[in-house]
Amino acid sequence: MTQPGERLDRGRVITFTFDGKPVEAYAGDTIGSALFAAGRRTFSRSFKYHRPRGLMCVSGSCPNCICSVNGASGARACTEPAREGIDVRHVNALPSLEHDAMRATDLVGGPFTPPGFYYKTFIRPRRMWPLYEKVLRHAAGLGKLPATQPEREWRTEYRRRHADVLVVGGGLAGLHAALAAAGAGADTVLVDEGPAPGGQQLVTGGSRELVGAVRAAGVEILERGSALGYFDGLVPVWQSDTLHQVRAAQHVFATGTIEQPLVFAGNDLPGVMLASGARRLAALYAVSPGRRAVLATTSDRGLQAAVALRDAGTEIVAVADLRPETSALGRSLRAAGVPVFAGRTIVEASGGSVVGRATIAALGGGAELSFHCDLVLVSGGALPATSLALQAGAQTVYDRASGQFELSELPAGVHAAGELARARCDEAIAASGELAGLRAVAALGRDDRGRDDGRHDDGGRNDGRHEAARDVVRARIDELEARSPEAPGELALAPAVSGAGRGKCFACLCEDVTAKDVSQSIDEGYDSIELSKRYTTVTMGPCQGRMCQLPAVRLMAAETGLSLGSVGTTTARPPWVSVPMGILGGRPTQPARRSAIHDRHRELGAVVRWAGDWRRPYHYGDPQAEALAVHEAAGLIDVSTLGKLIVRGPDAGDFLDRMYPNRFSNLRPGRIRYGVISSDAGRIVDDGTICRLDDETFYVTTTSGGAGAVEEWFSWWLAGWGHRVRLTDVTQGMAAVNLAGPRARVIMSEVCDLDCSAPAFAYLDGRQGRVAGVPCLILRIGFVGEVGYEIHVPAAHGVHVWDALMAAGERHGLRPFGLEPQRILRLQKLHILVGQDTDSESTPFAAAMPWIVKLDKEQDFIGKWALRHYAQRTPATSLVGFTTADGDVPTEGAVIVDETGTPAGQVTSSRHSPVLRRTIGMAWVPTALAQDGVAITISDEGRRLQAEIQTRPFFDPDGEVLRS
Amino acid sequence: MSFVLTCPNCGPREVTDFGFGGEIGARPSREPSFRELNAYNYFRANVAGRQREWWYHRSGCRAWFIAERDTRTNEVHFTRLPDDEDPAGEAMVPAGSGLAGARRERAAGTRGWDLR
Ligand code: FES
Ligand SMILES: [Zn+2]
Repeated sequence: MTQPGERLDRGRVITFTFDGKPVEAYAGDTIGSALFAAGRRTFSRSFKYHRPRGLMCVSGSCPNCICSVNGASGARACTEPAREGIDVRHVNALPSLEHDAMRATDLVGGPFTPPGFYYKTFIRPRRMWPLYEKVLRHAAGLGKLPATQPEREWRTEYRRRHADVLVVGGGLAGLHAALAAAGAGADTVLVDEGPAPGGQQLVTGGSRELVGAVRAAGVEILERGSALGYFDGLVPVWQSDTLHQVRAAQHVFATGTIEQPLVFAGNDLPGVMLASGARRLAALYAVSPGRRAVLATTSDRGLQAAVALRDAGTEIVAVADLRPETSALGRSLRAAGVPVFAGRTIVEASGGSVVGRATIAALGGGAELSFHCDLVLVSGGALPATSLALQAGAQTVYDRASGQFELSELPAGVHAAGELARARCDEAIAASGELAGLRAVAALGRDDRGRDDGRHDDGGRNDGRHEAARDVVRARIDELEARSPEAPGELALAPAVSGAGRGKCFACLCEDVTAKDVSQSIDEGYDSIELSKRYTTVTMGPCQGRMCQLPAVRLMAAETGLSLGSVGTTTARPPWVSVPMGILGGRPTQPARRSAIHDRHRELGAVVRWAGDWRRPYHYGDPQAEALAVHEAAGLIDVSTLGKLIVRGPDAGDFLDRMYPNRFSNLRPGRIRYGVISSDAGRIVDDGTICRLDDETFYVTTTSGGAGAVEEWFSWWLAGWGHRVRLTDVTQGMAAVNLAGPRARVIMSEVCDLDCSAPAFAYLDGRQGRVAGVPCLILRIGFVGEVGYEIHVPAAHGVHVWDALMAAGERHGLRPFGLEPQRILRLQKLHILVGQDTDSESTPFAAAMPWIVKLDKEQDFIGKWALRHYAQRTPATSLVGFTTADGDVPTEGAVIVDETGTPAGQVTSSRHSPVLRRTIGMAWVPTALAQDGVAITISDEGRRLQAEIQTRPFFDPDGEVLRS
Repeated sequence: MSFVLTCPNCGPREVTDFGFGGEIGARPSREPSFRELNAYNYFRANVAGRQREWWYHRSGCRAWFIAERDTRTNEVHFTRLPDDEDPAGEAMVPAGSGLAGARRERAAGTRGWDLR
């Protein structure tokens, strides 16, 4: 029979596997409903005792159905949609759910795992703790982390959403709130964590039209999304693999209440379910939760579920209604032939692996009644889901009439709706939703939270144009507020525990904490709810207190004789739902930066690696041969990743004079100078070459990683100084390649319209000319030590120029080379890599570049004062080159040690040089040792290497090759 | 930390769009003593309360601007471009320009080196 709220598409059968075995489901099923329909009752094994656990809440609010899906653990079977082909596995049972070897911890029983057990029992002797820990970690816990990196990969989409009103909870109240807010013109977002919006209406299918209207009103509905917390007005909403960062001016919390379990002997047996959970199973997924049910309830909520389940075909064998008199609903059930026992509750559920019998009795004892059944429905009151509101700064007080911790003070910009606002019947819930939505709209612009009152009004919504509409809103608010408050329905307060002494009565299913454990913790002195929480770990499991907060408070009150109100609740902390770490910390899906020539590198067989944000060719198969080719013929490397800034304006030269320790205002147009940027503390920040294009224009290159930071740095000083200078970042707009080697000039002459002879185009000349017909800026510089041309070309023509150079170079032995051979080549020249060979403490003096600091420069420049000071001091360590005696290549980062073995320095770069046929490197050493020929010792992962210092470049120390 | 900052060019954006440039302070106008230099480079006022500070719209228009923010509540009282008039009527620049001989004598603030 089709159920009223049914979500199944019975025409579509899908198959997935559970522990490797196929399971059939209808489209619309959850993993849990499909497994239950297939007869499964045990869904997990508990945290400590490995007791079998089955579906209980069917709403993702308890720990009982946690499973792993496609290797990711932490999914809730009862809410996770069944999808074709997924691989679902149980967690925390060895070898299988049906036969769990660790169950002994439960059956042997006794004081094997009382609270604080780990601390008390295993901490001595100390040296044994690592072993104990290993065993315990294996025995306890839920699920397993995937072992390898690829299995752990998680990409998170981040999305920011600014809105006027955020409504959390898509039940009757939330839907009406969203409808009212959107209807009054507010940009509204609604988050709902159920299988579909509708909340408790879902089981009757009664909210479909309303959801349609909300959608039609323009509300953005984040379905199956969970609001994780409230952080200064920012609400992260987790939806599949997206994290929405929702910032709204006004918040409406319509999060409803959570039906609570009862604490009695055997209350964790599979087959013991929340009444609402069983009802959802039947109504949404057309699964019969059981044939014969016993209900234990404290209010009409349980009775309503029993009536619905009876209609769906479950026999209600008996009802224990804790109220001294049952209600009208109870009487009508009685009239229909269901035995309804007032003033009774359940004291024990018993059976093997599933429930087979339920025993009910009055609280004070007396006659017991026992019934055969395969389902026990419990309804132990309601817990308002106040967590988010509390995080936003609301308070709660204990309300005797409702037996609940109700919201009392709401901070500005926060509104409660529905059951959170103490509405009970549908009509009141709908009205309270509408009221909250309208109040949020009325408050827009008045007490918006999290927005600054900058000059930018958000679209003029509050500028009076909507005055008329606002009057309507206000009138309606008055009308709704004038309604008389609703009398709370009758209810009985659930006992802290019933049937104690008959077996384990669980207060907290997540952490396997029994009522006895809580009592014991109080005896031991942990007599406040916050202390007990930390000692017993109750409320600290995956249910986040949804199922155990209230039971724990009740137990505490019963033991200490305090009222529930004075026991209080534990602090509400995010996240509201258990959330995969990947969602919070996963690498965002981030576009990689690729040069315009990237595809060509792929075709040439490049091994591509990450370099900062960039994907770069690391080499093309043989880095050593590529490095050799640059010395013997020619090489071509893509250096498009270099930062490129055009600094232009009448004050450009003056500006650069202030930004760099050396001079640029006297650089002739068409010439190039190397520059190191230093901070006001005299430390090296970045380096690069600067070419003067004309009187007012400089072409500045920076390191690949430093491009953004240098632009920020320059523009920050410009913001303060008011130089007549404009910065243009052309990093992405220009591709650049470096052609280098003894044959580079010949190749250049064939493709370039300039005279490339040595006198006409000398070292450190910068020329604008055409290469393969494309206008380019060509810089004669030599990072790699051979005659070289760095060709900057509009990105769109990058491939064309690359191809033309490769074609022209073919008969000259030209090879492409990657980042790795470039690193060998520059190391031969002792050219530093900022950030590799220098750190935040390195000064140009210590980095062996005193020549770059022009302290006699008439103007002030950034770093001048500090550098003047450092010029007079001997640095503690200096950057030098070294070579090892036996050719061993030390690890970068290896330590230089002195005679006593004390660390005294560090290797920053090291490579084997094919052209020099030896190992070379750079290192920081004590300045006293920084002289040619001094022997040093490198301690590298247990080995000792002997090395000799060399302060001049290993290759072409006088730069004759470069200048030729 | 989570709040919204209004870029004078682009409008309200999440704070994570921006780079923090530190509190506004003066670069010494004359050559400082070594002690003064270190104070300028490494010491911050760290006020608990309203503070003028630099922000950079890194994921937006890439402009530097000035904000007055309460460091205790993250409430932003105003933002403006360096050349705009100060809503509080204060001279933006603490006395003395950073660089002797700069075309317009306006100091830039101090800031630390952790550019990113
Ligand atoms: S039954 Fe799935 S979370 Fe409770
Ligand atoms: Zn901006």
